[in-house]
Amino acid sequence: MSEHSTYETLRHFADSWGLLVMVILFAGLVAWPFRPGAKKRNRDAAEVIFRDEDNGE
Amino acid sequence: MEAVLGRVGMWFGITLLAIIAIALAQDTGFAASMTVVAVVAFGFLIATTARFDPMARVQGLFRMPTDPSRYDDDPVRWGIIATVFWGVVGFSAGLFIALQMAFPALNLDSQFTTFGRLRPLHTSAVIFAFGGNALIATSYYVVQRTCRARLAFPALARFVFWGYQMFIVLAAVGYIYGVTQSKEYAEPEWFVDIWLTIVWVAYFIVFVGTLARRTEPHIYVANWFYLSFIITIAMLHIINNLAMPVSIVGSRSYPMFAGVQDALVQWWYGHNAVAFFLTVPFLAMMYYFVPKQANRPIYSYRLSILHFWSLIFLYIWAGPHHLHYTALPDWAQTLGMVFSVVLWMPSWGGMINGLMTLNGAWDKVRTDPIIRMMVVALAFYGMATFEGPMLSIKAVNSLSHYTEWGIGHVHSGALGWNGMITFAAVYFLVPRLWKRERLYSLRMINWHFWLATLGIVFYASSMWVAGLTQGLMWREYGPDGYLVNSFVESVAAMHPLYVLRAFGGFLYLCGGSLMVFNVWKTIKGELREEAPMTGAPYDPAKDRPIVAVPAE
Repeated sequence: MSEHSTYETLRHFADSWGLLVMVILFAGLVAWPFRPGAKKRNRDAAEVIFRDEDNGE
Repeated sequence: MEAVLGRVGMWFGITLLAIIAIALAQDTGFAASMTVVAVVAFGFLIATTARFDPMARVQGLFRMPTDPSRYDDDPVRWGIIATVFWGVVGFSAGLFIALQMAFPALNLDSQFTTFGRLRPLHTSAVIFAFGGNALIATSYYVVQRTCRARLAFPALARFVFWGYQMFIVLAAVGYIYGVTQSKEYAEPEWFVDIWLTIVWVAYFIVFVGTLARRTEPHIYVANWFYLSFIITIAMLHIINNLAMPVSIVGSRSYPMFAGVQDALVQWWYGHNAVAFFLTVPFLAMMYYFVPKQANRPIYSYRLSILHFWSLIFLYIWAGPHHLHYTALPDWAQTLGMVFSVVLWMPSWGGMINGLMTLNGAWDKVRTDPIIRMMVVALAFYGMATFEGPMLSIKAVNSLSHYTEWGIGHVHSGALGWNGMITFAAVYFLVPRLWKRERLYSLRMINWHFWLATLGIVFYASSMWVAGLTQGLMWREYGPDGYLVNSFVESVAAMHPLYVLRAFGGFLYLCGGSLMVFNVWKTIKGELREEAPMTGAPYDPAKDRPIVAVPAE
């Protein structure tokens, strides 16, 4: 494969399947904490930092 | 005894190798760097041999932890001291080069003190030494607390701290001798880059090891930000520094990429250094220290995750906006611009998340100077992440690029956001780490706050005016199609603005010096007797309605 066609192949992959995979991955990761039933988990996670009031002493 | 002999042999070997490297060095800069290595290795050689019980001595020197029911905080303490120390060094270097811009005589007619050599000294001191130490120290602190686990691999954790200081000193010595690969924010040459890679991999192992040892089931979001910082910086550092040394005992090397490819790799690195060194891990500090200091959980945990993934997916594409109107293909420039503009939204989401955490506790802005620093840090995060996308728009960039506006922009981010959130974290940590009742003085934090804020105002506003002046002077055409201003006229126009900028830097340095004094006194265990910060006590006698009295 010549250098130019390597570029073309990668370029086509980047703006077709690559782009699609990235968008789906991103949407999935962002939607995950908004799934039903996640509210309590999120609230708990936010409180993690307060469970350590004695600073390990 | 054998272990001791092995260690002595190792340090002796390193000293010898460094001396050989000095002898064979192709240039002064490499010799100077190797002298630092030889001196440090020789110091270890002496420390290891001079004692009867060397291992105990070394363990004492590095304070290896003994009690598994306590967090391993000694590297955090060293990191905070290093942060404060390098901070003042970096601010002083910045003030000096700002004065050089206004008064060129300050270049002192010596190659070692020219602006070109001291400028990377300043940027590396504030970004990698001040910022980097703050990040290593706070990440060690936060990951232990949020995982409820002691730091993994204590020896490696100590190597990371001291190895990182070694990187800073080697880089700084190189800059003075003119050792640079001319890549902005990646100036250190190949041998320093290899050393940093080793340190960084050790850092990754310590951090992930601690996460693996956690007793909390959930990994708190601040650790996500720290981990992405460690991984991404490793990737950026390695790819941008792929180079072939000219000689194994010389500092020169040639990069693997050439031309526009090299430029794109450099700014992919450069902008992501801003993203994954100066933004993402400092947000980790925000997501831990702001809720802790306000004593309220983060406003929205979901928003913090949305913030995280959006930064991860978007920032990595924004680099090409540093190469507008260059040989870079147009589509790549436009791509960089679009991603930069899109970044505005998650950035503001994060800022809002931090600020809304104070909902119901806004009175603390009046009474708690640490909270006040955090609020201003978040405000500057918001301003810088609005200004950045705006500057990345090609039409705006054609005016602002190569002018002082860019310098003003990075300093409102660096001084306002990185500086302020780091100061807040230092003030939060010092009494806790050294088991003090409180800081030496709260009022001194207040002074630090106002000196720093006023310093940023002088800095940012003078650089806005300077940048617009330069941009407009450079593009001004006369009726005949000739440029109206010669370049030197635009240089002369900068003088008063450079003086104002240096004054802003001076105020910021004064604030930093107050922090040194305050931290010093706190560690010594002293408490300053002073009036409390709030001057509005409750007075029951005045807490009633005023009854109208008829006139006599």
